[in-house]
Amino acid sequence: MRAPAISIKGRAFGDRVLLALVILLSLVMVAPVLWVIGLSLKENAELMANPNSVFHAPYTLKNYVNTIGTSSVFVWVFNSIIVSGGLTLGTLILSSLAGYGFARLNFPGRNVLFVIVLFGLAVPEQAVLVARHQIFSMLNFHNTYHGLILPGLSASFGVFLMTQYFKAIPKELDEAAMLDNASRFRTFWKVLLPLTVPAQATLGIFTFLGAWNDYLWPLISATKKDMYTLTVGMASTQTNFAQSEGIGFLMAQAVFAGAPILIVYLFFQKYIVTAVSGAAVR
Amino acid sequence: MDDRRATPPTALPAAGVRAASIDIYAPQWRNFIFVAPFLFFFTMLLLVPLFWGMWLSFHKADTFSSGNFVGFGNYIRLFHDKVFLQSVWNTFYFVLLTVPTLALIGLFLALCLNRRTRTAAVLRTLFFSSSVLSVTIVTLIWRIVFIPNVGLLSTIYGWFGATAPAFISDPSLAMIGIAIATVWWCIGLPMMLFLSALQQIPQDIYEAAALDNANRWQTLRSITLPSIKRTFVLVVIVQIVLQFQLFGQAWLMTRGGPNNLTKPIVLYIYDTAFRRWDLGMGAAASEVLFILILMAAMAQYLVTRSKAGQA
Repeated sequence: MRAPAISIKGRAFGDRVLLALVILLSLVMVAPVLWVIGLSLKENAELMANPNSVFHAPYTLKNYVNTIGTSSVFVWVFNSIIVSGGLTLGTLILSSLAGYGFARLNFPGRNVLFVIVLFGLAVPEQAVLVARHQIFSMLNFHNTYHGLILPGLSASFGVFLMTQYFKAIPKELDEAAMLDNASRFRTFWKVLLPLTVPAQATLGIFTFLGAWNDYLWPLISATKKDMYTLTVGMASTQTNFAQSEGIGFLMAQAVFAGAPILIVYLFFQKYIVTAVSGAAVR
Repeated sequence: MDDRRATPPTALPAAGVRAASIDIYAPQWRNFIFVAPFLFFFTMLLLVPLFWGMWLSFHKADTFSSGNFVGFGNYIRLFHDKVFLQSVWNTFYFVLLTVPTLALIGLFLALCLNRRTRTAAVLRTLFFSSSVLSVTIVTLIWRIVFIPNVGLLSTIYGWFGATAPAFISDPSLAMIGIAIATVWWCIGLPMMLFLSALQQIPQDIYEAAALDNANRWQTLRSITLPSIKRTFVLVVIVQIVLQFQLFGQAWLMTRGGPNNLTKPIVLYIYDTAFRRWDLGMGAAASEVLFILILMAAMAQYLVTRSKAGQA
């Protein structure tokens, strides 16, 4: 028993060295954010005269007042909520139905169809972007909410996730329900769906976060300023970045846009981490 | 409904049970209704555009009309276009800069933070937190770090009387600047994947090693690393697929400049298809990207498959 005790003691020293390294890395994570928050609280004139003025008073909330008062940021937040919420709801409905279908029911061609859906996992958005844009042009879908929501509904990941989840539920449950003469849909709705709440939460958070942060499709499809989502809208105000007058204001916008999602992350951390890593491994 | 439930269970003969279970699993067309809604969107918004895109890549096309068949004309033009070749190289260079860095730092963090202390939990939360931000916010943060005069970097260099490297405007540093911002943004996922792999290593192996007086390095080399080898490969492939799709960081930080040196393939597609409206050539470029990503996705499939086979 003595030998392990010695090696554990050696461990304690090594642990401290490693911890110091990790804390150094964590400073790299935090410092840029603190810098941005600092800049957002400063008058531009003062910043231009002396960048080191970030470290001392006077601080001001003027940039935040300007963000809320003058920019279209609320319109963009509203658009983002509609688009992300709509896509999340749609994905949950389609994926749950299809997941139940693939996991529990039999129909001609089921296995082939499932393989095709799995193949969808390997198709990157960029491979279908140009054609999607052309189709949406013909249908006059650009600069509309459905134009922003629809492409996301074709993602296979949710179906894959829900199929796996439904497969893990014991079949005796549906069989019992069917013996009670419940219809297919009733079995799905009343018996199985309530059991999939954890998977719904994972899929819902993953979808919402992905839609909220999506940049490429909204950039291409929403070209009118009042149809911008928050990511595209924020990016559009960055163009005159080098000009001196806007830095504190831009930083206030960044904090304004980033803080809510970080707060949500702190509350739903466990689900978010599971959702994101689960989606990566598939 | 209620009166049916009221019938005593004994009223159902054993034969009835068998009939019902046969009924449940027989292939039936009406069962298709459950998957039909998803398949509709999947077909219209993924399969159709996928094949439409392939078809487009063989045509000279603009927004509203799909013009003449040009065969491999777009592809030939593409591979004679210096900017496209540059963008392919840029993408590979970016993947080379980011993927090993993400995998190694992610592994290091996971090894250090795989413990039950409060500090470790807080640090895990911290290192993952940047992953939930949008590309717009991340690039805004890093441009303000790199910007001359008021930037964080130039302020820190200023304390030592030095001039900060110009990560955005210097041609040889611009891509490195984008890579730094990307590693900062994406480090959470590799760390979490490694952490969950580490937690699956049975604890008694470590106890046995401790009894054998194995030191930290020996334990790491002969127990930990071999156990997570497959996860390492998986993390690398996942990151290759993700980083191949570089767009937002390059577009927002440098607009692909200076001299197209930070223009990745997706930005080339965006420029060609949606700013010059040469949809045929944009489609051809996206097919090239598709093939590259498909190869990585195939590798991922094979890795996860063999993992499942072994378990």
